[in-house]
Amino acid sequence: MSWIVSLNLVAAEEILSAAGLVLMLVAAWAGDKSARAISVAAVAALVAASAFVLQGLGATGAQTSAFYGQYADDGFAAYAKLLIYLAAAVAVIVAPRFFAPRDEMRAEYPVLVLFAALGMGLMVSATDLLTLYIGLELNSLAAYVLAAMLRRDERSAEAGLKYFVLGALASGILLFGMSLTYGFSGSTNFVAIGKALHGQLATGALFGVVFMLVGLAFKISAVPFHMWTPDVYEGSPTPVTTFFATAPKVAALCLLMRVTLVAFGAEVVAWQQIVIALSLLSIVVGALGAIGQTNLKRLLAYSSINNVGFMLIGLAAATPAGVSAVLVYLFIYVFTSFAGFAAVLLLRDREGEQIESLADIAGLSRTRPALAAVLAMVMFSLAGIPPLFGFWGKFVVFQAAVAAGMVPLAAIGIAASVIGAFYYLKVVKVMYFDDPADKVAPASDVAHNAILLVSAVVISPVGYLMTNWLGGVAQQAAAALFHTA
Amino acid sequence: MIGFPILSLMLAVPLVASLVSLALSAQGARWLALGATLVDLVLGVVLWQHYQIGGPQWQFTERLPLFSGFQWALGIDGIALTLIALTVLLMPICIGASWHAIEKRVPEYMAAFLLMETLMIGVFAAQDLYLFYIMFEAGLIPMYLVIGIWGGADRIYASYKFFLYTLLGSVLMLIAMLWMVHEAGTTDIPTLMVYNFPVKAQTWLWLAFFASFAVKMPMWPVHTWLPDAHVQAPTAGSVILAGVLLKMGGYGFIRFSLPMFPEASAYFAPLVWGLSMVAVVYTSLVALVQQDMKKLIAYSSVAHMGIVTIGLFSFNRQGLEGSMVVMLAHGLVAGALFLCVGVIYDRLHTREISRYGGLAINMPKYALFFMFFTMASIGLPATANFVGEFLSLAGIYQVSTWAALICTTGIILGAAYMLYLYARVVFGAQKNADAAAMPDLDLREWALLAPLVAATLWMGIYPESFIAPMRADIAALDARLASARPASDAAPTAGTPAPKTEAAANTVEGSAR
Repeated sequence: MSWIVSLNLVAAEEILSAAGLVLMLVAAWAGDKSARAISVAAVAALVAASAFVLQGLGATGAQTSAFYGQYADDGFAAYAKLLIYLAAAVAVIVAPRFFAPRDEMRAEYPVLVLFAALGMGLMVSATDLLTLYIGLELNSLAAYVLAAMLRRDERSAEAGLKYFVLGALASGILLFGMSLTYGFSGSTNFVAIGKALHGQLATGALFGVVFMLVGLAFKISAVPFHMWTPDVYEGSPTPVTTFFATAPKVAALCLLMRVTLVAFGAEVVAWQQIVIALSLLSIVVGALGAIGQTNLKRLLAYSSINNVGFMLIGLAAATPAGVSAVLVYLFIYVFTSFAGFAAVLLLRDREGEQIESLADIAGLSRTRPALAAVLAMVMFSLAGIPPLFGFWGKFVVFQAAVAAGMVPLAAIGIAASVIGAFYYLKVVKVMYFDDPADKVAPASDVAHNAILLVSAVVISPVGYLMTNWLGGVAQQAAAALFHTA
Repeated sequence: MIGFPILSLMLAVPLVASLVSLALSAQGARWLALGATLVDLVLGVVLWQHYQIGGPQWQFTERLPLFSGFQWALGIDGIALTLIALTVLLMPICIGASWHAIEKRVPEYMAAFLLMETLMIGVFAAQDLYLFYIMFEAGLIPMYLVIGIWGGADRIYASYKFFLYTLLGSVLMLIAMLWMVHEAGTTDIPTLMVYNFPVKAQTWLWLAFFASFAVKMPMWPVHTWLPDAHVQAPTAGSVILAGVLLKMGGYGFIRFSLPMFPEASAYFAPLVWGLSMVAVVYTSLVALVQQDMKKLIAYSSVAHMGIVTIGLFSFNRQGLEGSMVVMLAHGLVAGALFLCVGVIYDRLHTREISRYGGLAINMPKYALFFMFFTMASIGLPATANFVGEFLSLAGIYQVSTWAALICTTGIILGAAYMLYLYARVVFGAQKNADAAAMPDLDLREWALLAPLVAATLWMGIYPESFIAPMRADIAALDARLASARPASDAAPTAGTPAPKTEAAANTVEGSAR
């Protein structure tokens, strides 16, 4: 395969890298006053990249492989990339309204988001351990800086440091697992690893599998490797949290799926139990941990842990239906998170300060009925109560698990989801049943309102109209993944 | 049968009204809600009139493939028809009961109620397994809000308990449904009703469905959410809770558990009988000592539902028909009793029994209505409850005489707690000045209670009108259950003839010689 073909396949990455590098120079030259122009350019770059990726949706087979099997531009990667680029664009769009009042809107913010998105694109396309690691680190390094974006805010600095230390630890563990895997399979290519590892695994190779899973579990913040998540989500600036809650989850989960199902596809028994354990622990601990929280961002952090648990149920099924269920779940989860965080961004007191405390939104349904209604929808959707769209995500995941014969896992998982319902209801209770705290001042912003409106429509029952299309696309993506396996 | 999709229309009218009412003023929302529920009532009457008794089993069917294997599948048989009729009859009454009682956030309240009507009709009309589940589950949201926003002092606890109890029950049902669809390859309820699931799998499928319906019903010992929810909910909330939401549990048994898992149902029948007997006796005793009127009626609901479950699991036509009639009758009578409590609660703002007394003197019309429904709740002949309870107990007698004996004591205890309640509230001296000064029923309250009296009497005197539409469906269910029916202990058995005495034997032998 010629270089030209390969370079053609990675057109989206080329656009993002070029845009990122050029915009970084502009930012260095023009300073923070160019932030607005850079944001617009960054979103334009993301849109252009998405346009290229869109063509790859549904692509499968050998012609999607670039650079001699190091990189795949298949339907699976395309699906994930579209979600990632969307999340990145949202993170750029919601930022100015948040940073500007504190005079912290920095020109490098959109550039860092671009690099993070580029890294995540590499992650989901990686079919080689080295590409995987480069993508992961490119994303992580940008993300550490993003977490610490509010330089004058202690919590933000703490979040950045914590993210960095634990992220570096996770990367180390992952790298160790990768070296063991390479040592026992003799290759860094996923397909080659998959061919080399079959039958009874050597102890060393098994260690490799376990360490790689642990490293990736850190990245998707599955219990018991979730400790950093609440602190980082709470401390990071809210637009960054919006980004963290969506794009890296998509990237890391899709990467995890590709690693487990392609590289370790012949060794399902070796990792299935680990994934089941991670999944049930995430569901239960994510739900229990959220109960005592009084900060909305922390609460949403625990909710994301809880949701990852449900997605892992689909992965545990290890079938194309399971993968497609996870992809559908991710789509719904991303939009639910958009709605949730956009609503949080709109909560400000009279001085224009962000409101994050649960007590301060008491009686919101009286003062801001529309906003409260959207937040209530987000909560019911996260709890998976029909007819909201969140139910559909849980439904397809459990359907896949039952079809794969994992009825006990599905039953335990769904029973544990009731614990989660408890704290989602708490938010609704505070907004609807309690007397108004009268803290929230009327705030409005075109960008936030637009994002809120679009994602609210998606998670409302109207979202079910998309299920045919969404299911079809997700199925194609899953088929593409299994084609390489 | 009629040409246009009447069931979809019945679902759409309250749904649209619900959305519109959010944009209206308080008074506008009230009138819109009343109008929409009355339109649905009229549609319900049309539905009943066009229902062909003895026609096809499923009528007014609508099939529209939606997405990913889901379909918009509606259709009713006689069982669903009667329950839908109950729903559309109670809804305008609920709106009327909230006319003055609800003063804050009226548009939202009316929207929640209208949404609930859509979902309740949807539960009874759904012919797709998942559509049923969605309707069944979505009903939690508006009821949670109704209890939590417009409820009494302890409403938050009650709303949580209601939501989480019922949610935990129903999520397990979803897993069972997923398995069933995977096994049978269809989501169509009529097909699934005649599908023979492996007996081994039936056991846990039945348990998963039981978890959901037993909570909804509610059966002892998972009934504890009901008294809390009833006490805290506003009057109309209690009416709809007792009148329709509890019936979803019974409907679930009759639509899913019994026809889909007949062997498992027979296997678990003793469990159901045991729980029902405890419910009938124990909750009746609990009702006797209540100081709160709503709580008393809530416990009496649990006892009545015990009669329903015991009738359902008697595996014969009398029992099944009786259970259906008890459900309908209880919907009318318990709803009316909650309205009666609401009438005096609106005047004095307390539900404590000891704060009233001697109401017969200053509220004679009210005393009459209240007495009628008290008698109906006890199961006096010529009221609806009598018909249902008699049939249910006759049904269970054929299977288990002991269960019948114990459940019959529930009727006596029922008379005790209801008469005791009535005596303390209506008879005796006027102990409290403020209670003595309460005005009698006004026209609105009269108009709310009168239709329920008429329906209760009609069902008590000529139950054929209500049993006729469902007779064929009950017969079909009965035939489906025939193979699994447990042995009877009541049927007369031929005794072994007494051994002949030696002398007689000799004589016979001798004569032959």
